[in-house]
Amino acid sequence: MSGRAWKFGDNVSTDEITPGRCLHLRSNLQELAKHTLEDARKDFAPNVKSGDFVVAGKNFGMGSSREQAPLVIKLLGVRAILAESFARIFYRNSINIGLPAIVCKTQSIEEGDELELRLRDGIVSNLTRKIELEFPRMSPTMEAILNEGGLIAYVEKHGDLLLA
Amino acid sequence: MVGKTLAEKLIGWHTASGTASAGEVVIVKVDYTFSHDAAGPLLINQLERLKTIGTQDTEWTSNTVFFVDHAVPAPTKEIANDQLLVRSFAMNNGIALSDAGNGICHQVLAEEYASPGELIVGTDSHTCTAGGLCAFATGMGATDIAVAMKLRKTWLRVPESFKLVIEGHLPRGVYAKDLILKALSILGTDGATYKALEFHGRVVEEMEVAGRLTLTNMAVEAGAKTGLVRSDEKTRKYLRELGREEKWREIKADEDAVYEREIVIDATELEPQVSIPGSPDKARPVSSVKGTKVDEVFIGSCTNTRIEDMRVVGQIFKGREKARGLKLIVTPSSRRVYTQCLDEGIIKILIEVGATITPPGCGVCFGALGGIPADNEVIFSSSNRNFPGRTGNPKAQTFLGSPATAAATAINGYISDPREFL
Ligand code: SF4
Repeated sequence: MSGRAWKFGDNVSTDEITPGRCLHLRSNLQELAKHTLEDARKDFAPNVKSGDFVVAGKNFGMGSSREQAPLVIKLLGVRAILAESFARIFYRNSINIGLPAIVCKTQSIEEGDELELRLRDGIVSNLTRKIELEFPRMSPTMEAILNEGGLIAYVEKHGDLLLA
Repeated sequence: MVGKTLAEKLIGWHTASGTASAGEVVIVKVDYTFSHDAAGPLLINQLERLKTIGTQDTEWTSNTVFFVDHAVPAPTKEIANDQLLVRSFAMNNGIALSDAGNGICHQVLAEEYASPGELIVGTDSHTCTAGGLCAFATGMGATDIAVAMKLRKTWLRVPESFKLVIEGHLPRGVYAKDLILKALSILGTDGATYKALEFHGRVVEEMEVAGRLTLTNMAVEAGAKTGLVRSDEKTRKYLRELGREEKWREIKADEDAVYEREIVIDATELEPQVSIPGSPDKARPVSSVKGTKVDEVFIGSCTNTRIEDMRVVGQIFKGREKARGLKLIVTPSSRRVYTQCLDEGIIKILIEVGATITPPGCGVCFGALGGIPADNEVIFSSSNRNFPGRTGNPKAQTFLGSPATAAATAINGYISDPREFL
């Protein structure tokens, strides 16, 4: 299953992903999702398709701890976020809700490229450019949470936090 | 044995083995967890999913606080409904509630809850503020905090630490806010991602807790997990004034602790700093942006607006009037600060200068209410973030500076050097 790349720059903040002015929509994620990243790219939320990828530069998701930021990206059907680096809280939030946040070299990916993610192999295939991008494994803790589909599912299954 | 940084000590005291070293992944016991109206509904949803898991209800709720602070009084029915949910959940479950009007979570935590040596996690990125009292405090999302509340523990990767040494002495008109903006301009918005920022040096030793809280508040603006200052006699004095001296203990990093990076800033020659629109790390001396026309000034947020800041603002405003056509919004950070301002005559000065005073809370800081700028307007803010759209209008521009620089700017109507008024 492949999807297209939506490109973003460096330092995309949570204020751009889910603006504070949309606070009144935080308990209505379907509506909130319509504003996803609108201050960075107006065309994203209306046109993104299930299976597509958010592809960014450095420090994606800087700023606030609002978990609605990765949640609305996931709700729009985004398969994974690929970035050169992530802000700490955003990264943890993405994994906690079961949205793959992948640290990889994104410069070679262009807007609209068809991508395929092979999470377990650690590979993003760029079908348009016929390049395979390898990415480093995430930490064992993060991998364990993501494999269960998120932190709540992890805790429900194990009845405790066993990671360390 | 090699010495420990503050982060290693504080985290170590909360692990089963009693020790922690940078790079390790550990499970830690948490002393306090908290949430607020902007994250609370999501967190409550996750708590419901964890209903059958974890400790008995009475245990987990005892060291938990819910705040209603992000948009007070509620500007829309949707936000009112979210706040009702947070308020009633707290009241029905015996969770401490700091309701609308009581103040911003980080300020109220510093006043009433956070103490040296504790480990605190909350659903807000500026949780690191409590590091100014030498608590290991860090922000996480609603799911992490729901689990931490229920299980009274969380997992952490023990951060490496950067040592920020602030030497010399603070010149007139230069404050903790200017120091942290300067530090951010050196570090960049992701220069300390996953690290702990430990503040040292003569200036920090001589600084009152109010200023230390300003330094640690903005550690996250460099991507850091937390900011920390040792606990000393200044910390003791702060807690004594709040009637919590018994919570004091002395804590300092070991002499031979290992730091990944050391940065030295000499405060003596520093000018007041201003961050230009985009991100807080774009700080430069006020002289380079002096004269930029400003439509609105916001003095508020968890970064400053403590009584020490308000006294400086009062001194600048006394007997003056704000520039014609300029909107001046002042939002005290807590009910306690508001009362102190009233007792000290600062509220009268604010009214006479032409300020609109909004209730203790986040105010326009993150753009949900309370002074959202119009299209193409320029707002000068004493808060911590100026990302595009932060103050509620992506077509407006936000500059950041100290409350003193904000006050001087409000008088002139353009970005001004506070030293002219002091
Ligand atoms: S004052 Fe601003 S930065 Fe501080 S908690 Fe409120 S919204 Fe966040």
